[in-house]
Formats: sequence, structure tokens, C-alpha cells
Amino acid sequence: MNEQEIKTSIKNFILNEYLPGEDPAALTDTTALMTTGILDSIAVLKVVTFLENEFGITIEPHEAVVDNLNTISDIARLVITKKTA
Amino acid sequence: MGIRVLHQLLDQSAARFSNRPAVEESQGGSSSYGDLARLSDRLRDRLRQMEVQPGDRVGICMRKSADGIASLFGIMKAGAAYVPVDPTAPASRNAFIFHNCAVKVLIVEARLAKGLREQFSQLGYTPQLIVIDGVGSGLPLTQALEQLDTIQPAPAAITVVPDPSHLAYILYTSGSTGQPKGVMLSHDNALSFINWCSDVFQPTERDRFSSHAPFHFDLSILDIYVSLKHGATLVLVEEQLGKDPARLAPWLAEKKLTIWYSAPSILSLLAQFGKLDQHDYSSLRLVLFAGEVFPIKYLKLLKSLWPHPKYFNLYGPTETNVCTFYEAPSVIPESQTEPLPIGKVCPYCQPLVVNELGNEVARGVEGELCIAGASVLQGYWNLPERTAKAFLPGRETRWYRTGDIVIELPSGDYKFLGRRDRMIKKRGYRIELGEIEAALYRHPAIKEAAVLAFPDDDGVPVKAFTSTQDGSRLSTIELKKFCSENLPLYMVPDFFSSLESLPKTSTDKIDYQKLKSMK
Repeated sequence: MNEQEIKTSIKNFILNEYLPGEDPAALTDTTALMTTGILDSIAVLKVVTFLENEFGITIEPHEAVVDNLNTISDIARLVITKKTA
Repeated sequence: MGIRVLHQLLDQSAARFSNRPAVEESQGGSSSYGDLARLSDRLRDRLRQMEVQPGDRVGICMRKSADGIASLFGIMKAGAAYVPVDPTAPASRNAFIFHNCAVKVLIVEARLAKGLREQFSQLGYTPQLIVIDGVGSGLPLTQALEQLDTIQPAPAAITVVPDPSHLAYILYTSGSTGQPKGVMLSHDNALSFINWCSDVFQPTERDRFSSHAPFHFDLSILDIYVSLKHGATLVLVEEQLGKDPARLAPWLAEKKLTIWYSAPSILSLLAQFGKLDQHDYSSLRLVLFAGEVFPIKYLKLLKSLWPHPKYFNLYGPTETNVCTFYEAPSVIPESQTEPLPIGKVCPYCQPLVVNELGNEVARGVEGELCIAGASVLQGYWNLPERTAKAFLPGRETRWYRTGDIVIELPSGDYKFLGRRDRMIKKRGYRIELGEIEAALYRHPAIKEAAVLAFPDDDGVPVKAFTSTQDGSRLSTIELKKFCSENLPLYMVPDFFSSLESLPKTSTDKIDYQKLKSMK
């Protein structure tokens, strides 16, 4: 899975779960997710579970923070780092 | 020494426990009682040099830290009342608050100062600023004060001991008209509650208190003052950690906390996602919660994972602080599906349950809970009409109308049934749905906005219905971003629904009943 495919997969999950009816073009790689309330604390837990299942990685509690999860780009970077580690 | 005002609590403990840890920060910093007392004295001297007088207000805009705790005490030692705000809230909202109560000095983290200065200049308002470079162990505050000393020394001043009826702090809560309102609370108000906590919870210097609530939230009063009164250690929970059950659960065990106090929402998350069975919580002796209804299924789950502590449901609006309490039974029957009662009235308060006309109802009949007594607020800052409306009219006793509908059970415990207005509680925060609507109306494209809450077992999701000037559909992302720039994050609606126009009643008002069915 390349970076673009990873981003698309994350984007589809967030659109389906948290932004039903949203124009997909409005959600970009740099849209802030946690600092705007698009993802609240429970949503973040669910995104982490999704990432672990979808990409076969383990995200440690200290990694599930705003620096790693605020945008689709941030999340993809975390996934890629984990997959290549 | 008889304690008359809040800041004497710190000095009394510092005299007994100078080297004991008063504050521990989750990032690793700490401060002893002696250090905290000395730093607050130093701030007092600086504030007096800046001509802060008894009766003035001083603002605080920083993350929770030893620097923050020292600031609260330093401000009170100068005779002023402290005004804490949410450092993560938009600068426009915080600037409104500081301007509203005319703080003379503001202690602010450097990263937040620029945004506030811009807002102040638009308001034509120029408070003096003490800018600190970050927070941690009281060091940035110390450095800022040292730097000011090099420009002009601050001579040692004496600690002001005002009459206990003087203001100690002002806490701003969500206002239905679209602007937050300042709840004015005196030293007396707080001490009546704090002294009761000493009697009921029997804290000692060996206790380790959680400090989960932010300073601008009234739950912080118990954490800070009860802990420091008894020489215990106050363990500050940094904001992001406090929202994240996966990190919080092991941290809480590692810190060997003995007393936990928070809104129920994070306890629900800990029970569900914290893997609590994997850690040792044997130190924990008390679990206190307040601020909203604890869904009974999660309380049962939590009690199954943490069976040994005592659990207390504390109830009370910011205006009265905690005014009723209920100790949960050691075993909650499986068949119980209703939340715990809010319990009996604390001894420093008196209750009165009234009907819509303000007349007392018979025992066992539902009505609005009114509270009088030592912990009841003085009023709302600069809002005499709102203050007058907050109390029952035509009575000698100041009966504060909580807006909460209750019923007295045969046991003498009160049970919370709901609200009489449009205020909700979410993650313990008070939210006036009208304040969210007022923020949405500031969006240039929005023609109509109505915000409703749809409480269920898992929480209180908030949904905003909007229509636009040109009939176009607004992006949820755009609306969330707009709200997060104008409201604290906990007030950003969870869901948005864009309608061509909102349904109306026969008198052409927005039909909230109809919207209620559009969940």
C-alpha cells in the first residue's frame, strides 16, 4: 500500500464515520481534525482501533496524540513510520 | 490560626510541611509547599508594585501547572480576585472575559499573549501583562518576576487578609445570550465547602489528590484547596492526558493517587477503554464525581473494576458549589437502571423545592431546586438584572434557583429529573445552547440556527440545524472550524444538519419540538 492509498483509506473512514454527507473534496490532507472538534476523544480512540486493524500496526497510548493524529497527513506519516519500523 | 481566607490555607500548610511536595505536574515538574508559598509571596509583591489593590481582579491564562497554582495564591495574597480562563479557548472569548471584569493585570503564557493583545487593542483595553515563557515547576513564573525585578524592584508587601465576604475568584460560565457570565464567589463561599470536605473525606498529608478539572471549572476548588489545606500532594493532570483513557489509566496507577475527582465522562471512558484490570489501583480510596449524570451502566462497570474505593456523587452548579452529596452503595443492584440520586443537602446549605410560580411544593412533588446558604454566589459580575433573576423574588432569604428539576425521595435524597431551560451538561461543562446559536449567527452565510441536545446512555450529543442566506449547503468541516475559532472545543456541535429553512411554529418561531424529532 503506498502513501496515497493509505491516505485514501483513512479519509474514507473519517468521511463515513464522522462526516456523513460531507463533500469529500472538503476534507483535505491538511484539514485539522482534533483541534476543530471533527474528532473528539472517543472518535480518536476509534480511529486508532481502525488504524491498528486496517494496517496491522500497534499504536502505543503515548503515540495517540494531537501531533500524530491532527490531519490525514499526520496520521499517514504515523502509519508509514509504524509499518516500516 | 483561624482560617478566614483561602490563601491562609497554603501558608498554614507551608509552615507545617515546608519540604513536602505540594504540587506534582504530569509532565514531571513539582513544587514543595515552601517553594509554592515563597513564589506566591513574590507574585503578591509584584502585583502590589503594579498597584493591584484589594478588590481588583487579576486574570490567569496558562496551562495548569505549579506556576498556575502559585499565581492563584499570589493574586489572593495581594487582596485581588483571580479570574481563570480556558487557555485553549479562542482569544476573542478570553479577551471578552478579561475586559468584562476589567482585570488590572493578566498573567499569561507567552504563546497566548499575542492573540490576546490583538483582541485587547480592538477593545481599546490595556491591562498590564506578566508574560511567562511556558509553565513548569514554577520556574517560568520565577524567571518572569526576576526579570521584572531587574527593571524595577518590587518591595516586600504584606499579605492582605480581606473580610471573608470579599471576592476570591470569578468563574465564567456559558451564557444563554451568547456571552459568558462571571459567577462571583467569595472566600467564605469556598471555605464553607472546603471545610465540609475535610469533615466528610478526612484527608491527610499522605493523600494524593488528582487535579483533573481545569482552573476555570468549579471542580478545581475541591482539588486545589482541600489538598493544600491538609498538606497533601496535588497531582495535576495535563489536559490531553486527561482526555485519553489509554494513557490516563496506567498513569493514574503509577502515580498512586488516593483521591480522584472529575466529571463522570472521563470515568466512563476509563471503565470502557482503560484496561483497568491490568494495573494496580490499591492506593485509591475515594472516587468523587460531579458535573453531570453518571450513566449507571458505566458506573457499574467502573465499580466492578475498582471495587474497593468509596464513591460519592457530588452535585451543585458553579453558583452554589457542591450543595448535595450521595454516597453510592457498595453494591449497585443489577436491576438498577436509573442514575444515582444527587442525595442530601450539605449542612452549609438549605433546600427549597418550588413550582413554576415560585411556591414551595409538598414533599415528594417535583419542582425546581433552590439553594440558600454559605456557599451561594454573590451575583454575576456586572449583570444586576441577571443576578436578580437568579434568586426567588419577594423573599428575604437569597434562594438561588438552580434551574434543575428534582424530586425528594422517601429516603430524603433528591433525585435529578432534568432542566427547566436550555442548559446542558457535557463532560461536566455547562453549555447554554443559546451561546452556540449566537456563535453560529456570527457566520456570514448563516440565516437561521437552532441547536439541540439529544442525550442518550453514552453522552449528550449536540446537533446544530442551520439554513443559509442563499439556500446553499454549508460544509460540516467549515462549520466545525468556524465554531472552534469562536467557542471552546467542548461547545462545538457534534453534528450539523443543513436545511433549506428551519421548521416554524404558527407564530413563526423556530419549532424546537419538531427539530427534536429530527435527530
